Amino acid sequence: MNDAFPWITLITLLPIAGACAVLLAGRWQIAWSRALAVAVATASLTIALLLWHRFDANSIVMQFSESHPWAPSLGMTYHVGIDGLGLLMVVLTAIVVLMSVVASWANPQHGPVYLALALLLEAGLFGTFTALNFLHWFLYWELSLIPAFFLVRLWGGAESARASTQFFLYTMVGSVALLIAFLAIFVATGTFDFLELATMAHSGQLAAALQQHLRVSGMVLFWAAFLGFAVKTPVVPFHTWLPATYAEAPSETTMLLTGAMSKMGIYGFLRILLPIFPEQVQRARTPLLWLAVASIVLPAFAACVQRDLKRTFAYSSINHLGYCVLGVCVAANVTGLANEKAAALTGVLLQVFSHGITAAALFWFLALLERRSGGFRGLDDFGGLRKIMPVFSGLMGIAIFCSLGLPGLSGFPGEFLIFKGAFPLAPWPTTVSLLGLLMTAVFLLNVIQKVFSGRLNERWSAMPDLTTREILAVAPVLALMLLLGLDPQLIAGPIHATVMQWAGQVRF
Amino acid sequence: MSSFRYLDLLRLTLPEIAVALTGMLVLTVDALLLKRVTLPKRLHAGVLVACAGCVTAIFLAHNSPAASLPDGMLVLTPLTTIMQTSLLALSFFTLLLCDSIRFTEDIGEYLALILFATAAMMFLVGTQNLLLIFVALEFLSLSLYLLTGFDKQRRQSSEAALKYFLFGGMSAGFLLFGISLIYGVTNSLDLLRIPPAAIDASLDPLLLIAIVMVAIGFGFKIAAAPFHFWAPDAYQGAPTTSAGFIASSSKVASFFIFAQILAVGLANAAGAGGWQTYTPGWAPILTIVAALSMIWGNLAAIAQTSLRRMLAYSAVGHTGYMLLGIIAQTPRSLSALLYYVVTYALASLGVFGVLSALDAEPVDRIADLAGLARRAPGLSFCMLIFLLSLAGIPPLSGFFAKFFLFTATLDAGNRFGWLWLVLLAIATSAISLFYYLRVLKAIYVADGPRDVQAIRTPPVTMFAIWMLASLVLVLGIAPSPLLGWIEAAIRAVGV
Amino acid sequence: MLAWTIYLSFLGALAALLAGNKRPQAVRIIALLTTVAGLGIATAAVVQYQPGETLTIARLPWIPQFGVEYYLAADGISLVLVLLTGIAATAGVLFSWNIERRTGEFFAFYLTLIGGVYGVFLSFDLLLLFVFYEIAIIPKYFLIAIWGSAQQSSARGQSGALREYAAMKLALYSFAGSGLVLAGILAAWVVGGGKTMGLEALAHTDFPAHFQMWVFPLVFVGFAVLAGMWPFHTWAPGGHAAAPTGASMLLAGVVMKLGAYGCLRVAMTLFPQGLAPWGFHVLGLGSWRDVFALLALIGIVYGASVALVQRDFKLVIGYSSVSHMGFVLLGLMTLNQVGLDGAVLQMFSHGVIAGLLFAVVGRMVYDRTHTRDLNELAPMHLARVIPFAAVVFVLAAMASIGLPGFSGFIAEFQVLLGVWQAMPWMTAVAGIGILIGVAFTWRAMTKAFFTATPNSPATHHLPPITWPERLGAFLLLGATLAVGFYPRLLIDLILPSLNSPLFDGLRNAGGWR
Repeated sequence: MNDAFPWITLITLLPIAGACAVLLAGRWQIAWSRALAVAVATASLTIALLLWHRFDANSIVMQFSESHPWAPSLGMTYHVGIDGLGLLMVVLTAIVVLMSVVASWANPQHGPVYLALALLLEAGLFGTFTALNFLHWFLYWELSLIPAFFLVRLWGGAESARASTQFFLYTMVGSVALLIAFLAIFVATGTFDFLELATMAHSGQLAAALQQHLRVSGMVLFWAAFLGFAVKTPVVPFHTWLPATYAEAPSETTMLLTGAMSKMGIYGFLRILLPIFPEQVQRARTPLLWLAVASIVLPAFAACVQRDLKRTFAYSSINHLGYCVLGVCVAANVTGLANEKAAALTGVLLQVFSHGITAAALFWFLALLERRSGGFRGLDDFGGLRKIMPVFSGLMGIAIFCSLGLPGLSGFPGEFLIFKGAFPLAPWPTTVSLLGLLMTAVFLLNVIQKVFSGRLNERWSAMPDLTTREILAVAPVLALMLLLGLDPQLIAGPIHATVMQWAGQVRF
Repeated sequence: MSSFRYLDLLRLTLPEIAVALTGMLVLTVDALLLKRVTLPKRLHAGVLVACAGCVTAIFLAHNSPAASLPDGMLVLTPLTTIMQTSLLALSFFTLLLCDSIRFTEDIGEYLALILFATAAMMFLVGTQNLLLIFVALEFLSLSLYLLTGFDKQRRQSSEAALKYFLFGGMSAGFLLFGISLIYGVTNSLDLLRIPPAAIDASLDPLLLIAIVMVAIGFGFKIAAAPFHFWAPDAYQGAPTTSAGFIASSSKVASFFIFAQILAVGLANAAGAGGWQTYTPGWAPILTIVAALSMIWGNLAAIAQTSLRRMLAYSAVGHTGYMLLGIIAQTPRSLSALLYYVVTYALASLGVFGVLSALDAEPVDRIADLAGLARRAPGLSFCMLIFLLSLAGIPPLSGFFAKFFLFTATLDAGNRFGWLWLVLLAIATSAISLFYYLRVLKAIYVADGPRDVQAIRTPPVTMFAIWMLASLVLVLGIAPSPLLGWIEAAIRAVGV
Repeated sequence: MLAWTIYLSFLGALAALLAGNKRPQAVRIIALLTTVAGLGIATAAVVQYQPGETLTIARLPWIPQFGVEYYLAADGISLVLVLLTGIAATAGVLFSWNIERRTGEFFAFYLTLIGGVYGVFLSFDLLLLFVFYEIAIIPKYFLIAIWGSAQQSSARGQSGALREYAAMKLALYSFAGSGLVLAGILAAWVVGGGKTMGLEALAHTDFPAHFQMWVFPLVFVGFAVLAGMWPFHTWAPGGHAAAPTGASMLLAGVVMKLGAYGCLRVAMTLFPQGLAPWGFHVLGLGSWRDVFALLALIGIVYGASVALVQRDFKLVIGYSSVSHMGFVLLGLMTLNQVGLDGAVLQMFSHGVIAGLLFAVVGRMVYDRTHTRDLNELAPMHLARVIPFAAVVFVLAAMASIGLPGFSGFIAEFQVLLGVWQAMPWMTAVAGIGILIGVAFTWRAMTKAFFTATPNSPATHHLPPITWPERLGAFLLLGATLAVGFYPRLLIDLILPSLNSPLFDGLRNAGGWR
């Protein structure tokens, strides 16, 4: 369904305009800038929900698409559009950003500049999730790095200098590799358009063109492109930047990083890597699968030994996204089993959405805890908080259980479907991944036990519970977790057509 | 001996006579005024008369018909006219610069000597007879020795004159010996009649010796290495205006006559010194001398702290470049040579002119020029123009001179035989920028001593310097007219 | 009309000199008016230009004896570079607004330099091009020697010696390079029949192949010295660091492009067969093209690597210029349309970006803090004290590392496309060069500006950013963003010119239509 109205351009430009407005408003009154930031984030969410509402669940073409020539001799076209995947990402981003901005309201250090940067990041994310031309997509991919870097660097903790630079440089390495790979593709085929390239890859033209023009094997280009996304997701062993960055960034920023930015990697896998390099993914299936398994199991173990709550959840993020990588790689199977593939892919998308809001919520709670305790966030710093802050413990508990994958909450359908689809397609890796599930349970329950149960730490006996305002702020997200846990069809529905197309029609 | 009337001779040599008469007139005027008028006024009077004489001579030179006396005694061609005009113009500017000299009371004699030297040079360029060339050359040299030693208040001046004289005398001996050998081999003193006779004798060892002698003799005059040892002392010791005169006019005349002797008289004994084409003759000898001059002159200039010695060594370097014009032996290269030497003379004279304006506090070390830009912006700007022209920076005439010369050399006969020489010239030219910039650095960049007043230059001197600077600039922006005249004249002569 | 960019600059120089050192404000106004006029003329010419044509601006016989004409013309490539000169010159004047010492002489030299640069880009006669090229050398020397800044924390007397050394080195290297070019030009004139120095005529002359084989590297290296090609680049970082801000903006921004322009316009246009394979291989290199491409690649990586370890902020930028110019030269050596287009675009892009970087480092930071040492700047928490400078530098850094949205991305991406087509294995190394570039830029940026944490104490005051600085920054940022977002602005000028008859020989050598 193609509207004449450029919704996607609007949703992408709105945060940019909002950022400028926030900076200007900040000149007069800090409070106005905060209010404005929340307003802009809410507006973006509204538009996103509008798109959701108008989305045609049965169509397999790109919807709301716009296409304008930009610099044809360079292959640059302004081509945007969303399918089920894009829609999901856009909505998720809008929700997470709103959460983060609201969380920052209470933090006096997060002034107009911070809010403007957060909004710019939102714009970059919207752009990344909707662009369909590589150059245009790459613009947003790179540009979203800058606000993230400054958010971590300027408001971060003691080690934020190293962490932010490491984050930036690692991601740039991946980006440059990605750029070079796509330049080669452009030289061979003359187009940067994802849809065109996917069609060419499907029909075998791409490989032929690469061979003819460049004498470079598609495998080399695949690994280069893979590097770009592997750093972003992250996939073990390219994940070393993440724990430090998540820990040093202020928790409100980490909400953004884990809730929305981390999805860029998976998005890249699904939108770019799989459609354009189907053969190569298939040939590299085994190493990819085991990398995914490593990404599931190793961080889970690592999380068990962390003493810093933020790092614990950081490793938990890697673990959760590892399931997504597993689901994606597992779907790269030659033979039929379309149902299983569909299940795995649906699970991936559900998990992406769920993890987004869950992780964001968890870090939000951490932010609240940090502020109340004056900066403490160690695992052993707390204890028995359940006694003095029952509401807080209860709500955070819900979020933790959601992260664990308790049935009834949104974390369960995603993980369940991934495993359901993955087992038949790749039994051994899936079995090993179960270990990850187990260890996740271990460390998450450990967190609950250490922080909420047990003897009350005398230091915090005066810690106030959540105020009404805070409860009202957090409640919608938790409600969403419950809702999606009970009725995952809410999400699975709109994305169904996209998933089926991937599973059945695109030759894996 | 064919007959000709002395009246014709008189008419043909009117320009030279005018100059000589002016010299004597200056002496007279000065003697008359000696007791009654102060030095500055005497100077003004003397310079006025002298300049008037030069201007008159220029007019006369342009109005004299072409002529050719037997035995090549006097040969007046359009080329001669151009050369005499240039020499007179250079003398004119030199005389203007003399307007503010204070190192001597005998200004009548000084100005007269300059005029006599000018007359000598005019004879020099107007004759093609070897003996008369020698006579004119000696006349010129004697005047120059005296001009060098004129500053009796400084020992350096006498020392310089003595060195100049000793070197000069010795090289004159070489030259005379060479000339006599040529006469012996070819039985003629007329440059035009020597070539046919020299064909049979082209490899005669006597002729080769004669060529070497002549080269030594003239090599001294033009300050080519390794015959240049008199130059640093002469440039440093002589009074500023004399040094300027030596550096400009005498160089023009000497190069011209050297080129004429070799290109016209000894054309068949030229030989070749190009890469992979070697024939004995004067060309290989000159090639070595040129290369030596370029390298020695430029490298030695880097090490100098005295401004005038640096100028002397740079003059040696320039001589090296100019020799390329003779070596290449094409009409175009000879025109380029003449263009180069004239514009070089203008710039050289300009530099010495600026130095003479600073003579109140005699400047010899480069460091003494520090901060000049603040004290005398006009003088500094003119100095900038002169030095950059010498370095070969466009759009000044020095650049085009080098361009014409190098291009003509490359274009000569054997394809790229002279490439190595041209590359050497370009390389040493690049080196020369260093020491010229050093002087400019002192003038413009260095902070001079505080609390010094601005330098006030007498208007006549200022006028002369600005005129020279304008000429250097204009001949650079529009080099084609002058080059065209010279080329036309050379073609008319049929070299 | 375009010739007036040259004449106005020289007239402006004269006016500045006459206005003298006693009336600095008048001199500044004169300089600004001159450069703005030049920019205006350039912009008007770009707007009116029909793609693919060669505008003849002036053609008069000058030295008929040697076939030299006063021949000014412009095609798309010239216009791009003339536009760059206009932008960089105006910005340079704005950032030199605070020169108090000998202001008249400063702007006289500055405007002379600009006039010479305009002349080079507009000359279509070899000797005329060379004359303007040389005219540009002397002002450079004086600008650095008199108004330059020395290395950090040295004694006053010592600092003078250091900047004079840098100035002399720059002047002599430039002169030596031009000496090589002169030799090549003379040779070309002789072999071309000794009739003409016109660019188009010589481009269509059939020089013998073996002649081109030795003249091409001679002329190319001569120009490449000025373009900062490794290993002849050693004058550049020191020279740019020692120069006053306005001069280093112009030097790194435009004058280095003179060299690259010469490589393209003279060496590659007249002697394209010099790029052909030799027939034998030395160390894996089979032609001058391979040699220079390798040198360019080394320059990219070397420049970036050395910048990574510098303590002097200005030297970081100086070495980054060497690295970026490596991209230009690499693009030239790809010999295909997209690579050449990328090279010219990178000339424009880097010109603006280098100007921006030097403006921030030199004018905004150094003139206020009087130190260029990154370790000394770190405790000053400059992002808090002069936030405008910090933001501008962030944007400039983003442009410098080639982030999309800025002109550098388009340029580098085109060069990389060209390299993929021509010499695929070099792409990876170039990519590594880009990454090292990111590293050093980010290191310098964070160390100089963003060292404060939310709990850092408040720091001292520095003079605020003045309006000329703001205007200059907006001008440069606008230029790079405009081209970054709408590259067709310039590509539509460059590509058709590459197809003009002038580049016939080059097209045959490169094998593209």
